[in-house]
Formats: sequence, structure tokens, C-alpha cells
Amino acid sequence: MKSLILDFEGDKVMDEILIVEGLKGFWRTRFGYIKAVDDVSFNMRRTEVVGIVGESGCGKSTLSRLLTGAVEPPLQYIDGKVLIEGLDLYSLSPRERRKRVNGKLISLVPQSAMNALNPTKKIIDLIVDVVREHQPRCSKEEIFKIAAEKFREVGLQPDVLDLYPFELSGGMRQRAVIAISILLNPKVVITDEPTSALDVSTQKVILNVLWRLKRMGISLIFITHDIATVRQISDRMMVMYAGKVVEIGGTESVIHDPLHPYTKALMSAVISLEKEIREKQIKSIPGAPPDLLNPPLGCRFSPRCPYSTAICKKKSPPLKDINGRSVACWMV
Amino acid sequence: MLLKVENLSKIYRSGFIRGKPIKAVDKISFTVKAGEIVSLVGESGSGKTTTSKMILRLLKPTSGSILFENKDIYSIPKFEYWRNVQAIFQDPYSSFNPTPFYKVDRILKLPFKLLNTSKNEMEKIIRNTLINIGLDPDDILGRYPHELSGGQMQRILIARCLIVDPKLLLADEPTSMIDASTRAIVLNLLKRLRDEGKSIIFITHDISQAFYISDRMLVMYKGKIVDEGPVEEVIFNPKHEYTKRLIKDVPKLYEKFEDFHE
Repeated sequence: MKSLILDFEGDKVMDEILIVEGLKGFWRTRFGYIKAVDDVSFNMRRTEVVGIVGESGCGKSTLSRLLTGAVEPPLQYIDGKVLIEGLDLYSLSPRERRKRVNGKLISLVPQSAMNALNPTKKIIDLIVDVVREHQPRCSKEEIFKIAAEKFREVGLQPDVLDLYPFELSGGMRQRAVIAISILLNPKVVITDEPTSALDVSTQKVILNVLWRLKRMGISLIFITHDIATVRQISDRMMVMYAGKVVEIGGTESVIHDPLHPYTKALMSAVISLEKEIREKQIKSIPGAPPDLLNPPLGCRFSPRCPYSTAICKKKSPPLKDINGRSVACWMV
Repeated sequence: MLLKVENLSKIYRSGFIRGKPIKAVDKISFTVKAGEIVSLVGESGSGKTTTSKMILRLLKPTSGSILFENKDIYSIPKFEYWRNVQAIFQDPYSSFNPTPFYKVDRILKLPFKLLNTSKNEMEKIIRNTLINIGLDPDDILGRYPHELSGGQMQRILIARCLIVDPKLLLADEPTSMIDASTRAIVLNLLKRLRDEGKSIIFITHDISQAFYISDRMLVMYKGKIVDEGPVEEVIFNPKHEYTKRLIKDVPKLYEKFEDFHE
């Protein structure tokens, strides 16, 4: 029995479904490039939930677009590799990427999922369009069957398929979008702020749906700015700041023992319903995130960092491994 | 008693001929004392913003009364009332005139329409207020709204309210558009204003923020106040079913959901 578990664990370590190496994607503007995702590297294992946390403008959503290959001007892919099940996303042509990768290997639940559904179409008609893009000869009955199954998986009745989006509540719409994103059985699903516009009780329903996806064998990337939400579901947490990864590690260890100064500051700014929070003053981080048109030369957090030294201002820190965690800071 | 709300209701009618009445706010009563933060918590559609608009005299109540310092608010001249009651809104970006040729200075000078001050004094009051809320006047004055961050803009809105020195500040989701790292500045600022004797009505959907900041808490659900009392009592000893569920569903930082992985 013991060896079985070990094997499983060993297997898990080997089985990396998503490998991102040195990914760079910039937004092109009249004034130059906005370096929204600059040299991001991380790995993801099968059925793992990775939470990406950061403030607005730190490149979370840009990263989600780069990972799905949905790169359209003004966003430009600059450099780096995205390997999904060993398939290099950016070695394919956009057409091929759309055919072989989008929806089949990786799919995105966009941030505005509430408004992502076409208001003039019934949900089933939208789904027919999505499926026929990949399988042109699929009959409507067949599609209905697939869709009904997926809708049941996210806890919606198949009757919902025959409704217009405005007839659904916010939480139902969000679930419908999640169901559509798993129509073609992708291996990785990226959810971009899936809970941010919803009430707390509905948020919990959505989290439960995402948990069910994980149990179905889907690897999840959960992008959010709300640390208390992401900690409920994610196995590992990745903290981003100004286009760079500052810390990656197991959720528990990042929350209880943050290493990077930015993560530390972020954790002390979290408000939650626990007695300790009311007694201690929450703290803010002085200053503002840098302008990504001309980011600071060294560490991008150095202008706001209380511990910064000469080297921080000159050289950008690499991700260092410390007890199974990666931290990009000269001081740790 | 600074503000007393009694049996306040607002009924909206939808439809043209056979209108269906919607009770947005249903006979609520509460009081706000001087120097305390009262938070109004509820999900979207529970009537929080309707209540705040009625208190601000932007919306006429269907029935019930609002008393400010024991006078009905509609018996007080409008501008005098607004000198005492001011509001901060949710989205600092849309609370400003978006035309790019008005500087921040103008936003800060507008409230003086409610006051009679000389020009020299005006400059002085603006500078002092900015310093008071932790902004550097030399850094802020002369800039345009779009050059400032969300946290700075929200603080300028607060400064604008403070210039007229109101007794009651109504904050309608003041932090929902601001990042976690700058949210603390605004919340701690409101706390400090409370310590300086201002009364604040803090409206939010985020029960954790209300828990952090307020002295008393009112929980609204479907237009009614279902739970009220000192914060610690409401949070750790909720009476109404709805409050219990709300508190259970809020994600916590150091704890995982227990009933989650069914």
C-alpha cells in the first residue's frame, strides 16, 4: 500500500501538464511597450489548482491570455515557451492553435464572464457555434447531449440551455460560462476572477463547481486579487507584482510564512472575519505600483520595499528555490 | 442623536400601466450617534444604496422620516443639509468630471460653493485638508485626475467632503475599486476621522471590512434590517438565519471551508 502511494506521489511530480518558461508578452502603445508579463516561468502538475494573486495591473489577465494563445494586437507575444502536454503553443500558427489547443487542451473563463454570453442568442445556439468550430459535422441533438451533461456537472438543469442569458442570475451565468469552457474536455482551465462580481453565497457555489472540475481531473489556474478566496481552493499560490513572479509556493506556507517583502505586505493588508484582524491594524503598502512602460531597473518592488539595498536597484533578482518554494528577492 | 431613521420605505414601480411595486427598502429604522461608524451590510439588491440615497436627499422616500439633529431633513434648507452630510462613492474614476482639462484643484475648490471663504483661506484649507489625510499637497495640486491612482483619487474625494467639515459622512462602498494594498489607507483614514468625532455610515457588501472598521453593524436583507447591534455581537453571535449563512460563507484567511468538499 505504501509503495502505491509513493508511486502515485512520484508520478505526480513527474507529470507536469503545463510548463511556462521565460514567457514575455507586451502591450504595444504609442509611447512604447507596456511590459505586462515579463519573464514568467512556472510549472503545473496534473489536477493541481494554482492560484495567481496580485493587484490590478500586475499582469494576471495578460498572462491568462498568453497562456491560451489568445494574443491579438495590441498585445504581442515576445518570447518564451508555453508547453501544454509537451506541445509548444507558440510553435503553432494562430490557425492551428485555435484548432488544436483552444478549448481542447486549455480554455479560458474570461474575467467578464457575466457579459461573455451573446445576449441575442439562446445559450444552446452559442454552444452549437462553439462545438461546430471544432467538429463541423456534429448534429444539434448530439451537441445538446454533450452540453446537458456538462451543465449537470456544474449544477445547472439542462433546461437552462434553452434560455437567453438575461434570464439567468449572475451565478448561473458564471456557471454556464464554466460549463461552456469545459465542453471539449480541456486539460487546463484558466478562470480569471470568477468570483469577483458575485455575492458571497454565490461565490461559494462557484468555488464548489471549480472544486468539482479538479476532481474530474482538470488542472485549474485561478486568477484573483482576493487571497482569502484563493486559499480555499488552491494547492499552490503564485504571487505576481508588476509583470513578474515574486513568489511561488504551497498555499499554506505562503500564507503563514510569506518570504518576499511584497507577499508579506500583501498578507498584512488582508481583511477577514477573524478576531485577530480587528485587534491589529491592517497596513497599507506605501507608494504605487511602477509604470510598466518604464519599469524600475532592478527589482520592480524595490522603490516601495522597506528592505531594499543597492543591488535591488541594479539587478533584477532571479527566482531562487528555498525549501520547495521559489522567491525572487535578493534579501532572502 | 445625530441621525434618526424611522420606518423608512421606498417602493419602486416597474412597468408603465400595471406597475408591479418593488419594495427596495421596507420600513427600516436605525440611529447614528455622534462619533461612531455604523456599517450597513448586505448583498446586491438588498437596498443599501437606496437607503443611502434617501439619507442624502437624492431620492424621496415613499414613507417614513429621516431626522437629522431632531429636524426632518426636508425641513432643512438643501445646502445647509449638505454642509453637514457628505458622501463618498464607490468608483472614484466616475465620481470626477472625466474631461481631461479640469485639474484636481477644481474638484477641491467646488465644495467652497457651500461656504463663504476668502481666496487665501481657501488655499490654506485645501492644503491643510490634504496634509490631514496623508497626501502631499505639492504633489497633488496641479495634476489631473487620470494621473492619480485609485487610492489617491478616493482620498481626494474624502478631502473634498472634509473641506465643508460635515458631521456625517456616508461612504458607499468606498474601497471596492481599490486594491488590497491601498485599501488599508482609506479604511484607517475613516477610522481616524471617527476618532476625531465624525460619524460615518459605511455601506458595503464585504462583511469583513465592516467588521474591521465599524462600531455597530446593520445587516440588510431584501429591504429589511434583519440583524443589528455592536459588531462583535453580530459577528460572533448572529441571530438571524441570513446573517449566520453570510458569515459562514465568507472565505477566511487562516481557515478553510469545512462544508466545502462534499
